[in-house]
Amino acid sequence: MHNSDKFNIPLGPQHPALKEPEGFSVALKGEKIMGMDIRLGYNHRGIEKACEERTYIQDLYLIERVCGICSHSHSTCFVQAVEEIAGVQVPKRALYIRTLIAELERVHSHLLWLGVAGHEIGFDTLLMYTWRDREIVMDILALLTGNRVNYGINTIGGVRRDISPKQIEEVYKGIKTLEERTRYYIEVATQETTIIKRLSGVGVLSREDALRLDAVGPTARASGVNRDVRRDDPYAAYAEIKFNVITDDHNDVYGRTVVRVKELMESYAIVKQCLKDLPEGPITVKVPRKIPAGEATSRYEAPRGEDLHYVKSNGTEKPERVKVRAPTLANIQAVKHMLKDRYLADMPIVIAAIDPCFSCTDRLVYLSHCEPPKGVKQSQKRDCFASLAMTSRFKNAKVMSWEALRTYSIEWHRVHGIDFSELNNTFRKRLEKR
Amino acid sequence: MIQEVLRSLFKKPVTNLYPAQKLEMADNYRGKLVFHASKCIGCRLCMKDCPTGAITINKVGEKQFEAEIDLGKCIYCAQCVDSCLKKALETTKNVELAQLDKNKLKVVFNAATEGQAEKQA
Amino acid sequence: MLNSLFFILVFPGFLFVSFFGLVAEYVDRKIYARLQNRVGPPWFQTFADFIKLLGKEDIVPCEANARMFGLAPIFALSAVVTVFLYIPIWRYDAAFSFNGDIIMALYLLTIPTLAFFIGGWYSTSLFARLGSVRCVTQLFAYEVPLFMSILSAALLANSWSLRDIANFYSLRPAYCLFNLLGFAVSMVALLGKLEKAPFDIPEAETEIVAGAFTEYSGRLLALLRLAIDIEMVVGAALFVAVFFPFALALGAALGFIVFIIEVLAVVALLSLMRTVVARLRIDQMIDFCWKYLVPLALLQLLINLILKGVLV
Repeated sequence: MHNSDKFNIPLGPQHPALKEPEGFSVALKGEKIMGMDIRLGYNHRGIEKACEERTYIQDLYLIERVCGICSHSHSTCFVQAVEEIAGVQVPKRALYIRTLIAELERVHSHLLWLGVAGHEIGFDTLLMYTWRDREIVMDILALLTGNRVNYGINTIGGVRRDISPKQIEEVYKGIKTLEERTRYYIEVATQETTIIKRLSGVGVLSREDALRLDAVGPTARASGVNRDVRRDDPYAAYAEIKFNVITDDHNDVYGRTVVRVKELMESYAIVKQCLKDLPEGPITVKVPRKIPAGEATSRYEAPRGEDLHYVKSNGTEKPERVKVRAPTLANIQAVKHMLKDRYLADMPIVIAAIDPCFSCTDRLVYLSHCEPPKGVKQSQKRDCFASLAMTSRFKNAKVMSWEALRTYSIEWHRVHGIDFSELNNTFRKRLEKR
Repeated sequence: MIQEVLRSLFKKPVTNLYPAQKLEMADNYRGKLVFHASKCIGCRLCMKDCPTGAITINKVGEKQFEAEIDLGKCIYCAQCVDSCLKKALETTKNVELAQLDKNKLKVVFNAATEGQAEKQA
Repeated sequence: MLNSLFFILVFPGFLFVSFFGLVAEYVDRKIYARLQNRVGPPWFQTFADFIKLLGKEDIVPCEANARMFGLAPIFALSAVVTVFLYIPIWRYDAAFSFNGDIIMALYLLTIPTLAFFIGGWYSTSLFARLGSVRCVTQLFAYEVPLFMSILSAALLANSWSLRDIANFYSLRPAYCLFNLLGFAVSMVALLGKLEKAPFDIPEAETEIVAGAFTEYSGRLLALLRLAIDIEMVVGAALFVAVFFPFALALGAALGFIVFIIEVLAVVALLSLMRTVVARLRIDQMIDFCWKYLVPLALLQLLINLILKGVLV
């Protein structure tokens, strides 16, 4: 391990810096990062396929579990797509409640992020404080929806639970405390010397790079990209609500922190507007169990960035295809770029700064056209696409039918010395017995 | 920062000492399910809608049904409560359901258990 | 002979200092927790942790050099326990003393860091090796200001013996005020020595897991942790002896109690300091030490040199 030697250290799949399994292999020279390889796929759960085998109502709860933190984002995004296909007009009150929960979720997600960021730079006091205050919003969510994490508030055609005046009082009370605390966190995040030392100038992503690498959400907004689905393509009740899109031009982790803490204040304002303007009326309309044939794409500004769902229906109770593009998948490519020539010590915070959610991200990505857009140099092309290990490894990818895939997999395992035929026979016998 | 941490030193800690000090759940919390056998008409909509197949309704007699709920499979989404036309299913605030024995997670509700529950209440 | 053995093994040696070290760790953790608005561990937690670790299996990686890997914690532990024997606790006399023991004490306090380096290096894990390299890199940054600020206090007392220095300051309490700058500098340097935030770079868990200790488990880990706890107490006791040795004038029983309280106050100050900062990067840490701590330590040295000319 001389200074001149490069050596690889594995960060993950199991590592204290990562809350979920994901593989980063870092080439180091001393403390400097010379190169990095990201390997996705440790969390692949086959959710999209599972969705095809369940009814729309069952899918709601499955889709909600794509992500533990932005569960409402995914379920709203999915529900919106289904409602668009079915041509349902969702009642206004339901839209407002969806918006309310969405913003509360953003609050809880950003507070969580602030704590995690504090932990990654070794500032555990910030972690303890923000998570303590995050309990307030978790309690509000439990009060409104009946659970702390997987709220299950959405249903096709509206929401499942109404809000009572007494609950509104509670929310106001909680938000008031949170506002006060957040003001303090803005002060801490922007003025504490050691925090600034660790954040500013770290993980730089210029505006051009952010656009080129398709960064989304706070990561993009901290690089001066003024983009927010809530304003650009309003869904739920956002068209009727006034709010500012926070951008920052620091381009680094410090900027991302500033964007997030300021977004917290915006979220409080949105929550208050929702509660104030909450229209009267029903919270749900009846939607038939069979959704007519069609397809729809739906966009949603999750706390981590733009979330995208595609649903294709075929007139039955079950969708034919569901596709989820979680925000982290869009941002993860930028991480490699941000870490160029940085120190190992910056790695945890740079990864954390995109607020990654790896289990959302783990989807099979197949880029059929790897040609860079016009004007992008050949050298940049690698950067564009190769960071998704999937693409480089499966150059000769092809689409297979279920049966062909099954045969291929059995054959693959047999070649590698694992024979399933005996196991298959046992299972077949057990099935026959039933 | 230093003022804040020093102030915290003299504040009461916010940690809940959980097993000793129980938390009060919100009234509409989605905890353990309860089944009222007398209300059930056996339409089995709950079984159809359950995302994990945790609930099974069995016919035990003429217009008599019992529900077998696997708490290990249940994800506490309470969709079955919404689906039920007769309000035969209900959520409770009970969240302390951990068991060492997996079999104890399977709970059966029928006319007999309903009677017991009423007696206890 | 029997007397010396009692000093080494029971009081103020191994048994007492181990107990005191675990108590100090409890104080540190409890205050850290309360500063963060948490409840913190119960009083027996550190003892329970220690006993639990003693009962666990020792795992030595098969690629590691088993002898060096096993010896490193013992080196560290014996070095720090030895230092405590030379610190005057409740009377003017320490258990052992000779002229020049302050140099030896500082030198022995360096041994644990080197032991961590050796243990980490010979465990051959990548994380451990990175951690041990960081250990030693950091050593060169904080050791210089620490030596300078403590020795400048010794300079004013005109002695290289801890006992004489403590005597000198306890007879002239006002002189302690001159050393406040040196005390501040050495507190910051001690954070580096104990690998606590903002200088917990060698064991930054989000970067390199547990640094040099990554491969340690069971009894060896227990000994390592005990060594760090004792290092904390010994460091704090050394500061008390050099900078605030007021307890010595108060008689045996009361003096001892005041001494213990003073040491725990230094420990509490350490935990306050680590509560309000984020971990620095190794380059920032070295910059900070050479750009700010060393000049401040030099300033203290200068002040004491001038004072010595004026007062003595």
